[in-house]
Amino acid sequence: MSSTLQSQKGVTRRGFLAGVSAGSLVLMAKVSSGQDVAVADAAKADVESFNPDLFVSIAPDGTVSILAHRSEMGTGIRTSLPRVVADELEADWDRVKIVQAIGDKRLGDQNTDGSNSIRFFFDRMRVAGATARTMLERAAAQKWGVSAQECSADNHRVVHSGSDRTIEFGQLVSIARTLDVPPADQLKMKSPSKYRYIGKDTPITDMDDILTGKAIYGIDARMDNQLFAVIARPPVVGGTVKSFDATRAKKIPGVVDVVEIPKFTGAPVFQPLGGVAVCATSTWAAWQGRDALEIEWDEGSNASYDTDEFAKTLAESANKPGKTVRNHGDAPQRIADSSKVHKADYSVPHLSHAPMETPCAVADVKTEGDKVVACTVTAATQNPQAVQQAVGPAMGIKNEDVIVNVTLLGTGFGRKSKPDYCVEAAMLSRKMGRPVHVTWTREDDIHHDYFHTISHVHLEAAVDDAGMPTAWLGRAAYPTIGSTFNPLANEPAAFEVEMGLSDCPYDIPNLRVEVGQAQAHTRIGWLRSVAHIQQNFAVSSFADELASHAGRDPYEYLIELLGDDREIDLKATGLSNRGASAKDYPYDIGRLKAVTHRVAEMADWKRGKTLPKGRGLGIACCRAFLGYTGHVVEVEISKDGKLRIPKIWVCLDAGLIVSPDRVRAQVEGAAIMATTQARFGKISFKNGRVVQSNYDDYSMVTMSNAPREIIIDVVDSKAAPAGVGETTVPSLAPALCNAIFAATGKRIRDLPLSDHDLSWA
Amino acid sequence: MTSINVNGKTYELKDVPDDTPLLWVLRDHLGLTGTKYGCGVAECGVCTVHLDGVAIQSCVTEVGEVGDSKITTIEGLSEDGSHPVQKAWREHGVPQCGYCQVGQMMMAAAMLRSNDNPSDDDIDSEIWNICRCGTYPRIRAAIKSAAKEMQSK
Repeated sequence: MSSTLQSQKGVTRRGFLAGVSAGSLVLMAKVSSGQDVAVADAAKADVESFNPDLFVSIAPDGTVSILAHRSEMGTGIRTSLPRVVADELEADWDRVKIVQAIGDKRLGDQNTDGSNSIRFFFDRMRVAGATARTMLERAAAQKWGVSAQECSADNHRVVHSGSDRTIEFGQLVSIARTLDVPPADQLKMKSPSKYRYIGKDTPITDMDDILTGKAIYGIDARMDNQLFAVIARPPVVGGTVKSFDATRAKKIPGVVDVVEIPKFTGAPVFQPLGGVAVCATSTWAAWQGRDALEIEWDEGSNASYDTDEFAKTLAESANKPGKTVRNHGDAPQRIADSSKVHKADYSVPHLSHAPMETPCAVADVKTEGDKVVACTVTAATQNPQAVQQAVGPAMGIKNEDVIVNVTLLGTGFGRKSKPDYCVEAAMLSRKMGRPVHVTWTREDDIHHDYFHTISHVHLEAAVDDAGMPTAWLGRAAYPTIGSTFNPLANEPAAFEVEMGLSDCPYDIPNLRVEVGQAQAHTRIGWLRSVAHIQQNFAVSSFADELASHAGRDPYEYLIELLGDDREIDLKATGLSNRGASAKDYPYDIGRLKAVTHRVAEMADWKRGKTLPKGRGLGIACCRAFLGYTGHVVEVEISKDGKLRIPKIWVCLDAGLIVSPDRVRAQVEGAAIMATTQARFGKISFKNGRVVQSNYDDYSMVTMSNAPREIIIDVVDSKAAPAGVGETTVPSLAPALCNAIFAATGKRIRDLPLSDHDLSWA
Repeated sequence: MTSINVNGKTYELKDVPDDTPLLWVLRDHLGLTGTKYGCGVAECGVCTVHLDGVAIQSCVTEVGEVGDSKITTIEGLSEDGSHPVQKAWREHGVPQCGYCQVGQMMMAAAMLRSNDNPSDDDIDSEIWNICRCGTYPRIRAAIKSAAKEMQSK
């Protein structure tokens, strides 16, 4: 089987498939459908289209096809990146077709995670568009016998400046395909003032399909002759099937077979938890069959995991000296010598992603004897290359021979970049000899997630007579994401600590950040904004506490704490800056202060002082995923403790913005997701098992208790594009809790709020 | 054998037990995958369809209970996406991932049938669907727009 890359009918090997050896097959699939997959002869299709770049193809009828290689889970990225290509290409958006790419490492990073898509690919997409445009301009010049300098693309045609001549893109395809692809240094990029689509709004490309129920998600993906599977997984991570009786399950009408799935070996990584699968002719029959299984489990070493008990060991770990990850001056000594020291401990429980669409995938594995000869997976995945890397070894085939079609995702939040469910589908299809679709029930999803970690953060500060800190010590203890990949990993990793703790923006002469040990007893994963969730909650709450101790206004105190406008020295502080350069992405305290000033102004911060008891404003700011956010939250708390959030103000500086309305939507959604987590987010374990199981006991904010109004200002910036999706999550929870303090005098150090009595007299 | 009427069409169901949730009949037996699964216990509203014009959760409705009632799913809400809620959802750019929006629109459309001028309190109490993307402020605004259009007709 040769390597493949999805394209669509009429699109050829050259361009979309640049670099693919002759004779390769082109996989053809409908955009965002994941069905009707067929293999076509590339040579045949190669006759017509112009394919100047891996991401662009232009057909003789003028249709511009643009490959979307990142996953659409609600950010609008399937629209935004193609818009960048179309803009540089001077294409008419109405004549652009978006083609969802399969997993293929030649496309670059496809892990739609870490708020990276625009940052990683803005320039790359511009090159794709400019390459095509330049070649079309040269083709027109050749056709007219004029200088290419006199030809310029304009809205899907090329115009000659020396005459009135114009020509449609489609009519240039036959000449353009014969030209050499210009090197990047010959490309002239559009001036930002000429941007047609970048910075302008348009409906997302899937809008009509979504509104009419035609949009295809992983749960909707279908292959001919497929079975539906529901799986009983070990209730404790690391557990195995001791024995099972499928007699009753097999009597359920529609049940075809019952199959055991082996547990992962070594670290969990993205391999299945194991268990027993029921394959049936419908989801419901499989589900009924699964519930009728009688299974005896060998629970393994995590069967005593109890988060109430574990929280105590985390608190101990965070309250004794740990491993230093950032240090300047001598904070511990200064604190020991100081007569005025404040200390506080903060905790956040495990959280579950609970994506609206549970993990779902369908796989078709073909075998000859014991050998797998073909494998296609269609899934709601944030990372089709990770699917290849997980399914390939499980099937004993090369990663690039796993064909991965990507559907729309009913949210992801990081859960769907971990493709254990795709491996389950492949294993079952191999066993059953026909396609198998795996659906996780909501209970499966809540019980068997890669959980956001459980954490404890300890903070101390020595303060001067004015109440400003002269020394600051932060120490975090939580099971690390690294434990999912290496069972020996037992303390927070540098990349995690950098999310809100070791990247502390405050200007304090003595500062130390340490980590304490913590062993994982479940699968730990990354969830939208990751360790920022617990660390910015602690740090921004503590700043508010220090302001209160000093008798100062929290906003004015915060600004003073941030210090002078300056760039944090990344090298000296040992910060990785998410791999981004200090030149393109400086850690700019001036920008952080600017969003904080702006949000205070938007909220009319001074008004907070005049509010009656039970009402209050809270403020927090942070730099996350290279972008800057300021939040002000207003709360109303009734005497009996009922919390209402009438208004939230957000100022975001994420550098250059491609799709303003989608950015605002992300900011709104982040505020609401962060509100859900702060109010209700708590996954607990007893006897190694997750206690919660569905939305009734793992609650979500809904219309009636969501923030009523979210007022957003996005900074107009020419700076390099930063992250958005996760950037505005972290400062919401501390701003909310700071508002609760302002309203009631109650300081919340342990989330969620639903564990607290907010009543006041 | 049970038969059900969905979007004006009658379907004969073979080998489908009466206690099968309507949701899975729509999705797996009739191929109408516009209606989504979210929780299975009527907590999230993603699976909302209309039974004789009233919003119900298809995940907890046994197909045998449907009888002669008429079921409407998103595929039958309008022929071409022109129902006032669909238009308002487009106008306000409501969907992010889009997964829950089918249920949100079915819920809103049912509410607007009986109340074409919903107050904020009405919206709070009747639109209880979960949206993990957090589109609630836009849903509220879109419902008000749709109500306006329906009033003007």
